[in-house]
Amino acid sequence: MLRRLLRNPLAAAGGLIVLALFAAAAGAPWLAPYDPSDFDAAYVLDGPSVRHLLGTDGLGRDVLSRMLFGARVSLMVGFVSVGIASLVGVTLGAVAGYFRGVVDTVLMRFVDVMLTFPTFFLILAVIAYLDASIWNIMLVIGLTSWMGVCRLVRAEVLSLRERDFLVAAEALGMKPSRVILRHALPNAMAPVFVAGILGVAGAILVESALSFLGIGVQPPQPSWGNILTEGKSTLGVAWWLSVCPGLAILITVLGYNLLGEGLRDVLDPRLRAR
Amino acid sequence: MAERATAVSRLAAITPALAALVAAASLLLHGCGDGSDGDNAQRDDPQSPAASAAGADPAPAYGDAIVFGTIGDGSTLIPMLASDSSSHEYASHLFDGLLEYDKTLSHLEPRLARSWEVSPDGLQITFHLRRDVHWTDGVAFTARDVQFAFDTIRDPKTMTAYAEDYKQVQRFELLGDYDFRVTYEKPFAPALASWNSMMVLPRHLLEGKDINETDFSQHPVGLGSHVFESWERNTRFTLRANPEYYRGRPHIEQVVYRVIPDESTQFLELKSGGLDMMGLTPLQFRRQTSSQTFDRGFRKYRYVSNSYTYMGYNLDNPLFQDVRVRRAFTHAINKQEIVDVVLFGLGRAAEGPYRPGTTWLNKNLRPYGFDPAKAKALLAEAGWRDSDGDGILDKDGQPFSFKILTNQGNDQRLKTATVIQKRLRDIGVDVAVRVVEWSAFINDFIDKRRFDVIVLGWSLSLDPDQYDIWHSSKTGYKQFNFVGFKNAEVDELLEKGRRTFDEDERRRIYDRVQEILVEQQPYTFLYVPDSLPIVASRFHGIEEAPAGISWNFPQWYVPTALQKYTIAP
Amino acid sequence: MLSYLAKRLAGFVPLLLGISFVSFLVMAMAPGTPVDLMTDLNPKASPEARERLEKFYGLDQPLYVQYGLWLGRIVQGDLGTSFSRDRRPVLDKIAEALPITLFLNVLDLALILGLAIPIGIYSAARQYSLVDRATTVFVFIGFAMPSFWVALLAMMLFGEQLGWLPISGLRSLDYDSMSALGQIGDRVRHLILPVGIAALTGLAGLSRYMRSSMLEVLRQDYIQTARAKGLSETVVVYRHALRNALLPVVTILGLSIPGLIGGSVIAETIFAIPGMGRLFYTSVLMRDYPVVMGITLIGAVLTLLGNLLADLMYVAVDPRLRKR
Repeated sequence: MLRRLLRNPLAAAGGLIVLALFAAAAGAPWLAPYDPSDFDAAYVLDGPSVRHLLGTDGLGRDVLSRMLFGARVSLMVGFVSVGIASLVGVTLGAVAGYFRGVVDTVLMRFVDVMLTFPTFFLILAVIAYLDASIWNIMLVIGLTSWMGVCRLVRAEVLSLRERDFLVAAEALGMKPSRVILRHALPNAMAPVFVAGILGVAGAILVESALSFLGIGVQPPQPSWGNILTEGKSTLGVAWWLSVCPGLAILITVLGYNLLGEGLRDVLDPRLRAR
Repeated sequence: MAERATAVSRLAAITPALAALVAAASLLLHGCGDGSDGDNAQRDDPQSPAASAAGADPAPAYGDAIVFGTIGDGSTLIPMLASDSSSHEYASHLFDGLLEYDKTLSHLEPRLARSWEVSPDGLQITFHLRRDVHWTDGVAFTARDVQFAFDTIRDPKTMTAYAEDYKQVQRFELLGDYDFRVTYEKPFAPALASWNSMMVLPRHLLEGKDINETDFSQHPVGLGSHVFESWERNTRFTLRANPEYYRGRPHIEQVVYRVIPDESTQFLELKSGGLDMMGLTPLQFRRQTSSQTFDRGFRKYRYVSNSYTYMGYNLDNPLFQDVRVRRAFTHAINKQEIVDVVLFGLGRAAEGPYRPGTTWLNKNLRPYGFDPAKAKALLAEAGWRDSDGDGILDKDGQPFSFKILTNQGNDQRLKTATVIQKRLRDIGVDVAVRVVEWSAFINDFIDKRRFDVIVLGWSLSLDPDQYDIWHSSKTGYKQFNFVGFKNAEVDELLEKGRRTFDEDERRRIYDRVQEILVEQQPYTFLYVPDSLPIVASRFHGIEEAPAGISWNFPQWYVPTALQKYTIAP
Repeated sequence: MLSYLAKRLAGFVPLLLGISFVSFLVMAMAPGTPVDLMTDLNPKASPEARERLEKFYGLDQPLYVQYGLWLGRIVQGDLGTSFSRDRRPVLDKIAEALPITLFLNVLDLALILGLAIPIGIYSAARQYSLVDRATTVFVFIGFAMPSFWVALLAMMLFGEQLGWLPISGLRSLDYDSMSALGQIGDRVRHLILPVGIAALTGLAGLSRYMRSSMLEVLRQDYIQTARAKGLSETVVVYRHALRNALLPVVTILGLSIPGLIGGSVIAETIFAIPGMGRLFYTSVLMRDYPVVMGITLIGAVLTLLGNLLADLMYVAVDPRLRKR
């Protein structure tokens, strides 16, 4: 499978970007030339130079260091919110598919409500009302994006319930719930995994949109979204302040999408090339 | 952050003109950093035509339009109902006050009132109104209109937040069509200034109607320099010059406010000619408006704004009860550094709560000075030492650490807090910075006193009364002495200051208040930013004064040859 | 058919109830009330003034009473009056903003469909070709750029530097004095940037969806049969496969409506367009509950109608479903 993935150059490139990003985020404390919150009043909005490879921001902080630490924050937002979404989606989907009947109807109605809700509205309202802490942001993004996964898992579990081997397993005295856990979920995992990878990219974009509105991750904690938002007001004088986070977001989201798409092609036999 | 800033600035930063006239201490918080100072500049305080003649400019001409940008739209054009700065700004073109501060901000000048007398005991004020003023529907303006506004603002059914000053009035007597007298229960020094533009309404149009629900708030009839023309919600608000304006017809025929929520977009619009005037951020002033294009197309102005930023300590918190700790912090903070970094040098360090350049500022206040060594010594004196060698001071086993809180959407305050964080870390104090949405900030943290230290701002009023901020009776829920400052001498002085009319005596009172504040440091006063308006260079007749540039707005003009918009009269 | 419609429409009711209840709950949890915002840190606002304001807005009542009252008004088709000082009916405010948002979104969608379908078809027909890969990267770059950043860059380039297009708003100041043709031209010029950028960022979703849908169809037996019969690839793709591949795209369109309305707040902010996104966001900040509730409700109704429409179209297009 890995080989097939690598044969797709776009997916391979995506994978490489994702790996590089992880390395950068993980290595931030060692890679960053400066403390990301340390400022130098003598070098405010100073362009890229040997001293500051990616220039400095409005307080004279090193942009490269802030970008590296921001990578951690942005990736964390992506992964934790996708984790929450997957957890909720898989659990509810499995429960609905397994129990069927009333439970299924109620849960699927709830999914309908959530899908009908203008999600971004909900995120806005909740973040504006609660507090734009990084935890709330991850929680809200997670709790508003689990519906797709839920439907996927439910469909998989439902179809499995109908199959012969489950009946056989039940006849053999095995608990159906265990069978579901052992067989249905792993089957459903591939699309969930792909959805998760695409979700990470989506969450990073949502965070930057929230930052634009001023309710993303709050400075002085750096995130790519809030660095970009500062860059917005310095567009004419300090291009590096918007180009760095803008490109970082672009490349990251692109990488995740290419990887996700490539994986989907590989994992979904129906889409495979003739 | 534009959006957040919108609501914050609109709700919190009432126009300075109003703030000044709302008597008492004008306590309206500046919600929004970058934009609001500029907003302040766009005030319209008409001045007598005689005062305008500016140098060798081309001859004044009528016509053309001026386009302003506003972050948020207004909501109502009835000043006493408005709670956002855009509404007040729109309405300031439509209504005039009975009197107004002059361009030097040192004394009150006649407007709708031709003259007035204050009785020797300070209990009565008699106003004599101009006889040549008409509402723009042609009906004469009389003292009954003032009386109607007075009754309306005091009516419990009126949804106004501005009634308190007028509740001090015991009796309102009409002495004729153009004269009336108000009697106060107790002498009230800020009283005179309270008779501002909030206090006129056309009785003939509004009597018997529910002021809260009337359509007048959307299609008003005024008597000010401009006439309402049209209002396209969240897009555009348009005014026309009032040809019958009693202080002379304004030269610029049309005034347009464009609602542009994003500040970067506003700046791009300015550059490409879509806006004629806006308030610049310090960064824009210093770095983005110095090209030749800008020199040719625009003129920049810079003067002291009417707000200050401070760091306030929660005095109920044992950490900050020792005055030595507060003094140490003030020594540890380099105010000039903050001005240089956050404001690009466009502002000045503040030592007390009065506007630099006005008569109320005590010129003999001794600045603390940036002195980290002294700060450490003071903290050591107060018992804070680094006994476990982790770089953080401690006392009784507790490390010295706390949070600085500020509101979301104000970039300057956030940067200020970040600079302070570093400076305090230098003397061994561990500080975290936290930003909270405006409403939650007020309700959950300020009102409930759940904060250690805050970075916030106040508008500066022209009247020196600061009873609401510093008096010990104002420490209750939803009141403004939220740092919990209690000082018997200050209480007494504030009470006395309110009852004293003699300027010199008042100055002595408030000079002493400032001395005590400096000594006690309930706040570390940080800085007063500059207002940085920029105006397209086709506008002539602009005269910079302590009041800013907009005080003579009706006298601004565009020479015929330079006119950009053709407005059919 | 009619009974199907009736059943679907009846199904809306519990959904809408659920949505309105969740919205109400979110707002009830929020710190601060509109009254706080009007009186905060205003020295002239006494406690009595606050109480009066609270009573005026009905905020002194228990929550379930407030929700009940709101529901009661909704049943009569009354969305209430805004808490803002303009005291205008919620319906008026929405009626101003909704057409703008709908119009822009319809344009976006048309543009996206016009581009995404050909891209998707071509990519699928030539899977893993250079063009497939190039368009893949292109549409993903569009998707991956933070939209406000692209918008600002485009405004700087086309508006400020080149001066070709207006920067923000929907009409010029001197619009009223233009000729009819000039007015149309003025509107079009104002629409190019916001619509173009929305299309750029929205292209990826639909074109990728179209591609995979097409890929799936092309693998079906009947397509293989058609090929085996010696039909040209063009005929196979356009005559036989396209129709079936379009089916799932219709569904996706219905599902994307809430995102279109909600996601517009960024574009509306940066381009100074007074649409639903801005209205919603400012109302949230001002705690203007009636407007927030009204927009949520209308947004939900639109979404449900969109889904219904998508389903109906699906039935219309798919002969297998028509018999039922």
